[in-house]
Amino acid sequence: MHDTNFEAVIGIECHVELKTHSKMFCGCPNEFGGEPNTKVCPVCLALPGALPVPNAAAIEHMIRAGLAFGAEIPAFSKFDRKNYFYPDMPKDYQISQYDMPLTQGGVVRYWLADGSKHECRLTRIHLEEDTGKSTHAGSGDGRIAGSTYSLVDFNRAGVPLMECVSDPDIRSAEEAVAYLDALKRTFVQLGVSDVKMEEGSLRCDANVSIRPRGSNEYGTKTEIKNMNSFRSVHRAIESEIERQIALVVSGERIVQETRGWDETEGVTHSMRSKEEAHDYRYFPDPDLVPMEIDAATVERLRATLPELPITRFERYVDEYKLNVAQATQLVDNGPLAEYFERAAKAAGNPAGVVNFVLGDLSRLANESGTEVARSRVTPRALAELVRLTDAKTINSKTAKDVLTRLWNAGGSAEAIVKAEGLAQVSDPGAVAGFVAGVLAANAKSVADFKAGKDNALKFLVGQVMKASRGTANPALVEQVLRERLR
Amino acid sequence: MRHVAKLARLALSDAEVAQYGSQLAGLLTFVDELRELDTDHVGATAQVVESRNVVRPDELAPCLDRADVLAGAPQAQNGFFRVPQIIAATN
Amino acid sequence: MAPLDDLSTCTAREIARAVNAREVSAVDIAAAVSAAVPERDRDLGAFLTLTPELMLAHARRVDERIAAGETLPLAGVPAAIKDNMCLRTTRTTCGSRMLEHWVAPYTATAVERLLGAGALPIGKTNMDEFAMGSSCENSALGVTRNPYDLDRVPGGSSGGSAAAVGGGLATISLGSDTGGSIREPAAFCNVVGFKPTYGRVSRYGLIAFASSLDQIGPFARTVEDAALTYDAIGGYDPHDATSLNQPLESTAGALRTDLRGLRVGIVKQFATADLGAAIDAAYQQAYADLANLGAELVEVELPAAKYGLATYYLIAPAECSSNLARFDGVRYGLRVDGADVGEMYEKTRAQGFGAEVKRRILIGTYALSSGYYDAYYVKAQKARTAIADDFKRAFERCDFIASPAASSPAFTFNAKSDPVAMYLMDYYTIPVSLAGLPSLSVPCGAVVPEGGTLPMPLGLQLASPLFSERLLLGAAHAYECATRHAAKLTRPQIAKAK
Repeated sequence: MHDTNFEAVIGIECHVELKTHSKMFCGCPNEFGGEPNTKVCPVCLALPGALPVPNAAAIEHMIRAGLAFGAEIPAFSKFDRKNYFYPDMPKDYQISQYDMPLTQGGVVRYWLADGSKHECRLTRIHLEEDTGKSTHAGSGDGRIAGSTYSLVDFNRAGVPLMECVSDPDIRSAEEAVAYLDALKRTFVQLGVSDVKMEEGSLRCDANVSIRPRGSNEYGTKTEIKNMNSFRSVHRAIESEIERQIALVVSGERIVQETRGWDETEGVTHSMRSKEEAHDYRYFPDPDLVPMEIDAATVERLRATLPELPITRFERYVDEYKLNVAQATQLVDNGPLAEYFERAAKAAGNPAGVVNFVLGDLSRLANESGTEVARSRVTPRALAELVRLTDAKTINSKTAKDVLTRLWNAGGSAEAIVKAEGLAQVSDPGAVAGFVAGVLAANAKSVADFKAGKDNALKFLVGQVMKASRGTANPALVEQVLRERLR
Repeated sequence: MRHVAKLARLALSDAEVAQYGSQLAGLLTFVDELRELDTDHVGATAQVVESRNVVRPDELAPCLDRADVLAGAPQAQNGFFRVPQIIAATN
Repeated sequence: MAPLDDLSTCTAREIARAVNAREVSAVDIAAAVSAAVPERDRDLGAFLTLTPELMLAHARRVDERIAAGETLPLAGVPAAIKDNMCLRTTRTTCGSRMLEHWVAPYTATAVERLLGAGALPIGKTNMDEFAMGSSCENSALGVTRNPYDLDRVPGGSSGGSAAAVGGGLATISLGSDTGGSIREPAAFCNVVGFKPTYGRVSRYGLIAFASSLDQIGPFARTVEDAALTYDAIGGYDPHDATSLNQPLESTAGALRTDLRGLRVGIVKQFATADLGAAIDAAYQQAYADLANLGAELVEVELPAAKYGLATYYLIAPAECSSNLARFDGVRYGLRVDGADVGEMYEKTRAQGFGAEVKRRILIGTYALSSGYYDAYYVKAQKARTAIADDFKRAFERCDFIASPAASSPAFTFNAKSDPVAMYLMDYYTIPVSLAGLPSLSVPCGAVVPEGGTLPMPLGLQLASPLFSERLLLGAAHAYECATRHAAKLTRPQIAKAK
């Protein structure tokens, strides 16, 4: 754990590729992979004379994403040019948004493993276009430093990008990852992005600083780049917090700089010692006309929002009394969650239902490759099964068997229990009968038990269960056995 | 002038810096007369036309043939555009 | 099939009629043009690239379509295209070393429509580099001369396109106008040059100079031909977000024979008294001719017009500094190698761009840079609004305005070596461009310039409210028919093919 005299102050800046069929300003496909420079046209290659035209779906995705986080949608918005030179920037300017983005403000609410809920305010979300991709060759490890030349592929150039900048409200690496999880869940739920770091549809940088606990001033921050997975984000932020604390504790200054995370070595390295301030010379893009978003459009888009992950999570914890792990698992699987809810309502016992859904049903689903929601076990059938178990009509082992039969052949739990006489036997007389039979047939075990071997009892219980074809009430069996063996 | 030339990625010789510098200064004096014009009551015109919300549907359109893409490339390699090393401080 | 009279004097309307009537074939026209142009262009230098095979292929296609029953508005009309418009498989250079060898893999929408209407592409014409200039002297790839005096400039930036039509090498041509680059060379070369309302003609495939000002427009020998060409190329293009999504009304069908009922605004700030006695007299005569056609002359004022140049020389360079950033040696065009990418950028752009282009990139970068943006760029955008408002007010009292297209006829080479002196050539045309108005230049006489011997043409600029192309072309046609100045001036003998 970190030195508790210090508090970490973290902001996250993400770039999220939007899931549209075509690119932001042209009709080239928005797809991951493929042979280099096969998904380009005059517009995204920035040939002389080409002109951009904005993708209507990207704008709608953007607005919906903003609405999901409670952002304001201003009536007027525009695109601006951000001017700078880089080989993967075809126009040597990027079409972005500067002072009038499509959404303003908003809050991301997220939860931690311990169930605590947190908020991180958004500074802004705006819409822009992605750059091409350079690979650096000539050095041993593909890094820029030491490379002698670079190869550029523009397939990605022009893909619509959402830039989300958070306020520095995050206080730990764990919170940072939970924040990213919340972004990912929400964007996937909305259908606006796949958010896969390994495919580059989510990229993020972290701004990290520390300050004495209780202070309200901000310390010098560093920008951390090159984190390629949520786990890297966690490790990198932890590492940077440690590094900064160590420096401050030993009396040294923290330099404002950009640092790159090195996954292999597990440390951050300084990338630029001198922060070159960019003069992006923003001005409204004269090739594009402004956007006016009226209230009717906002409401129409708001109506398309599904139940958001955080809202669903809270409902599962507060109403259904699920624990954090259970609620999280369901939130991350929409069809499974809907299945669960239908079954839970019918059974009146969410806890019982969730155990089956996340336990045996999910196991059966994994083994067979069929999703729970597409299986032969209808939510009603599951609800019935749970009711039978709650009423102690069947015991838990029987329930598992019945479930397997339902999985393989469908049908109704009650019907199966009836048809095969699987109802739990709790009649003392009947149980006594089974017990008598087993005791008579297992004299050695009886003797073992009386000699002090407790395992023998377990064995005898098992035998009674076998004799009763699993229907005897196990608790009652044990009780009767103990009486008889006294 | 050197700073502006750097932003514009134009290599200028010392003589050119001096020449363009003085021409620019002359031009700036010329445009300075704009200060006389009272513009407090007007908005800035980014565009003469007053269209709004010009967008395209999210549909695919044909891409360029890669042969055409690379035909004009000063240097291509394995389907990529090749450029000299990028030093981090280039940004 | 009766052969056409000398192609160099025929109008597009006459040629199209004859080809559609199958009195003459497009292929024959293509052959005749291909044979004649190289020789006739030897002294003029209007063309950077000739495209005889492409012209022949298009000609064949035109003849096929007509044989199949189609009527094409510009059937068989020989056309030249300014070299800042992409035409697939042709070298498209913008008059610059940066694109000296670049072959366009796609075609500009306006060019596609021109050719789709039946016009035959003779080739690509010379221009001031990246459309920056008023004389065509800024071209890095060739010299174009004025067809009426080979020692004088044809005007710019669309000098080649103007000279091609003025010199009888092409019947129509396409140029582009940002601050006067169609109207001024049209005046210098004794032809009609028309710039439509901003947004009427697609800019897709027009290599950008200043995005909020650039427009493509036609050069022609008559207003009617200009109208026919505009009707063929104008209209909404989904590839250009600034193109107007409004139906295009035919202008060729709206030509007038008189100006009765119209009011012409004579701009106080554009008074011609200081331009010299001969020039002043010519314009006063032109205004009188408008009145004789039945128009009422009204004095109007454009108080903010005097800020037009300053406004333009902040906005246009700012936009161009960003538009020309893409010329970086990475994907196309010139590359000068360097030890690293940064050096490559700087050397490539230093070598690829000429002095005027560099000047404008530098001032544009400066105007947008941090600390100066509000004082320069934003201020200029506000001045632009003021100028546009002045025109709106003026048009409450008149239907169109008339003024000189340029302050003098064509000057000799190297006459305007000071950049600012050159910028002043666009004094009358720039305010109109800033307001996005449709505007044209029509020949209105000739004078012998100071120090010269040959009479040089003058152009009358007409400008009208946004979207009023029908009115503008209609009125210009009336003036042209009544005065026929262009025909009164003969060109010096330049090499003619048999």
